[in-house]
Amino acid sequence: MRPTAATSTLAPASGSLGADTARLEGRDKVTGTARYATEQAHTPPGCAYAWPVPATVARGRVTAVDTAAALALPGVLAVLTPDTAPRLGHAEDPTLAVLQDHRVPHRGWFVALAVAETPEQARAAAGAVRISYAAEPHDVALTAGHPDGYVPETANGGEAGSSRRGDPEAAFDAAPVRIDAAYRVPPLHNHPMEPHAAFAHWDGDRAEHLTVYDSSQGANAVRTALAQLFGLAEGRITVISEHVGGGFGSKGTPRPHVVLAAMAARHTGRPVKLALPRRQLSAVVGHRAPTLHRLRLGAERDGTLVSVSHEVATHTSRIKEFVEQAAVPARVMYASPHSLTSHRVTPLDVPTPSWMRAPGEAPGMYALESAMDELAVELGMDPIDLRVRNEPVTEPGSGLPFSSRHLVECLREGARRFGWGDRDPRPGVRREGDLLTGTGVAAATYPVLVAPSTASATAHPGGTFTVRVNATDIGTGARTVLAQIAAGALGAALSAVRVEIGSTRLPAAPLAGGSSGTASWGWAVHEACAALVDRLADHHGALPPEGLTATADTTEAASAAPAFARHAFGAHFAEVQVDTVTGEVQVRRLLGVYAAGRILNPRTARSQFVGGMVMGLGMALTEHSTMDPAFGDFTEADLAMYHVPAHADVPDVDAHWIDEEDHYLNPMGSKGIGEIGIVGTPAAIGNAVHHATGVRLRHLPLTPDRVLPALA
Amino acid sequence: MRPVGYVRARSVEEAAAAHAGHPGARYLAGGTNLVDLMKLGVESPGTLVDVSRLPLDTVEPLPGGGLRIGATVRNSDLAAHPLVRASYPVLSQALLAGASGQLRNIATTGGNLLQRTRCPYFQDPAKPCNKREPGTGCGAREGGHRDHAVLGHSPSCIATHPSDMAVALAALGATVELHGADGARTVPVGQFHRLPGDHPERDTVIGPGELITAVVLPEAPAGLPSAYRKARDRASYAFALASVAAVLEVADGVVRQVGIAFGGLAHRPWRAERAEAALLGAAPTGENIARAVDAELDRAEPLRDNAFKVPLARNLARRVLTGLAGPAARP
Repeated sequence: MRPTAATSTLAPASGSLGADTARLEGRDKVTGTARYATEQAHTPPGCAYAWPVPATVARGRVTAVDTAAALALPGVLAVLTPDTAPRLGHAEDPTLAVLQDHRVPHRGWFVALAVAETPEQARAAAGAVRISYAAEPHDVALTAGHPDGYVPETANGGEAGSSRRGDPEAAFDAAPVRIDAAYRVPPLHNHPMEPHAAFAHWDGDRAEHLTVYDSSQGANAVRTALAQLFGLAEGRITVISEHVGGGFGSKGTPRPHVVLAAMAARHTGRPVKLALPRRQLSAVVGHRAPTLHRLRLGAERDGTLVSVSHEVATHTSRIKEFVEQAAVPARVMYASPHSLTSHRVTPLDVPTPSWMRAPGEAPGMYALESAMDELAVELGMDPIDLRVRNEPVTEPGSGLPFSSRHLVECLREGARRFGWGDRDPRPGVRREGDLLTGTGVAAATYPVLVAPSTASATAHPGGTFTVRVNATDIGTGARTVLAQIAAGALGAALSAVRVEIGSTRLPAAPLAGGSSGTASWGWAVHEACAALVDRLADHHGALPPEGLTATADTTEAASAAPAFARHAFGAHFAEVQVDTVTGEVQVRRLLGVYAAGRILNPRTARSQFVGGMVMGLGMALTEHSTMDPAFGDFTEADLAMYHVPAHADVPDVDAHWIDEEDHYLNPMGSKGIGEIGIVGTPAAIGNAVHHATGVRLRHLPLTPDRVLPALA
Repeated sequence: MRPVGYVRARSVEEAAAAHAGHPGARYLAGGTNLVDLMKLGVESPGTLVDVSRLPLDTVEPLPGGGLRIGATVRNSDLAAHPLVRASYPVLSQALLAGASGQLRNIATTGGNLLQRTRCPYFQDPAKPCNKREPGTGCGAREGGHRDHAVLGHSPSCIATHPSDMAVALAALGATVELHGADGARTVPVGQFHRLPGDHPERDTVIGPGELITAVVLPEAPAGLPSAYRKARDRASYAFALASVAAVLEVADGVVRQVGIAFGGLAHRPWRAERAEAALLGAAPTGENIARAVDAELDRAEPLRDNAFKVPLARNLARRVLTGLAGPAARP
């Protein structure tokens, strides 16, 4: 283990805020006793299993479903079809309106559901369902000038679909130094280790209460969706997400598997488990939409930007508008009197895209930071100096002052640690046998998001405390950090604090998404604990047996419109080697330096930063999903085909941060850290590949089929 | 759900008898590919005849030189075997370039040869595939085929064979020992796998019920130069975009022995006979090596999206052969 700042003699006391505390549930996880959604210890008698049937046409209608053969198989309890499935209430998210009509909006859309006594029987039954379709010609090919493309009012996150300041075209045309480049990021998939899975049962004589164990990033959102769909008061639904094996955004919204599980349980009167097979995931739980970027940077000869234009084309499905907000970072990063950002989205016969770690920032910063590198080369200027030259005083898009912004400090600290000062800027001159080596840098940014939350804190007579909040720990260490926040606010030892999370029986809380969990839940926990401390101060004598409880609701404080632009920033550095025989690119070193407010737990924070960087390495070099033009689905159907980095791809990865004090965030002074690690990594690697080879590649990932021909 | 019969064989004869006695039977060894295909509905054997515990798990030096590798020797054991590492480094390197540590620990020598293409259209029963379902067409030709064949493909099939090990065996001139109803026979590894032609459903020349019992390596002196090199999308656990296995012995300034095979380019490990013929007896100069490799790859017929494989294979072969030739290759 690498020593961290927190191991020094100045380290915070064990367990308090800022301490290097190990995950509280770590032992449960490594010993296999932590239970995930469909592996609850007590599978009730009579539990049934469901297996969905995906559509095999890219566009059309289901004309008939023949279930006879499936129903004749042993153990089969039911086959739900668009004709027989229970009717649902209005689905705010159209991807949840499963088996409600005969339309097939994309290949892989669920058109039937088999329910049987065992998973194997359910799978066999699903395979025996015969679906007839009226297929229609499909269009799955995204192009920048697609005739159906339009500029949406808003992109993901409620960001404006387009923005304009000054006269960006004229300023670009008049600029002495110009970069006009097109970049392409392919579709990508989240592929968490634990697939989307749910276990549903209806309790009571008349099935009046629905309990669902779901692998979700936000149980409250799942409950709200189920309440609408099944016409129930939220109080009649319990959703539990105690341990979640990753999500990366794909479990941030309720997904069709949980609706199907509840539907099947109601239809059969049996508890039902449904774990989506890996091969079905790519079509039904979201993906990062492909993005086509055009970047235009106009600069003075001293590097001062005069025009920044970032135009993005992307796709969405026919049933739901999701717009990857990849042009938004250009509104945050660099000062320029003239600027244009826009998104153009085309609905196609494709699966519905959604959140994947740092939606918007990850692909957008790949393009912007690659273009900045191109500009630095064109200017003959160090890329760090170029960024420093264009550091804005206020946020360029909004004009708001920053609550804190230490990008320059990150770049300089990273340069020192990485040994950037010794860098020879000439591209393509470092050869070791067949290998060319190079280094690259890119900036990173991610917004500070926060959502209202509630929480409670209880003091027990024995001197211990229980903190309750429906937070979700998707593997991040949220449970641990919340205990630290509580211990800090209570002035108690960590061992005296018990944290309960992951259930809608607990005080309502927002999802684990947008790097906002710790801020949102932690704020409420902090407030509840502070209120409890006040109550305890007023209390005299022994505590009652039920203890003393205080609650908090941050709706007002967390919803207040901030008077500041609030973002985390970072700098990524990469060293790569490019094999000129094969076009294979290997990363030798990755370094990230972050300014993300106060770091609450160095151990879990480092894990988030490093994990994000590894995912960024995958985005740069190995990961892509191919939209099959003939069949309309993603070709990569399993983890043998969808290449997340293997251990052998992941070299020396290091993450550091600078101390950042920001009083305009939340009581902990923290910014989100779950996503920024991915943001600058692909551009840093791509820029290093240019430095190694002298060749600029603008289409991710940098696999041998792209790199080798470019080297010729 | 279809029930599957299971028979555990204790001898080769018993295995063959069980296979013959159960129509639709398949031999099961490590199961790393067959079981996956059963889950996908690509394979649906009526009976599995488990041959993983047959007494075929040893590597034996042969009296006249060479090695006899039992069919159930695990990939990881074979890669680590001292005799293999000493005399056949190309084989050890190829094995270690394949799959993952966990898979190599269970996958067998015979099973590795018989693994099936990872073409995504073959693996998806909802799509056309002449290999899986003859006559339905080839989904890959119009769909995604960046990873597919550039040599020896046919209108009916453009799949590649996924094995790394088999490429090394082809370059080494190994032979496969088969046991069938009519007794034992041997087939050179280079002829064991077929080109697709009009019958892509047949991967190999193995007959119904025939069982691989061993692979025999020809004699090789310790230190015989050989090497395997593979290009792939990630550094581990990825199939070859292209690979090359080569054996090259130089004496008195000329090539005395040569074996070259490509992986990732064709429906079978591609024995580069033209390149071998061009090099045998010639001085292994960089120029001669380049000419020999080109003589082989000039036959390539890349598809819409995989033209990169030809220069990739060319580079790999040149680099491996010049490396094996040592100083003789230098201008």
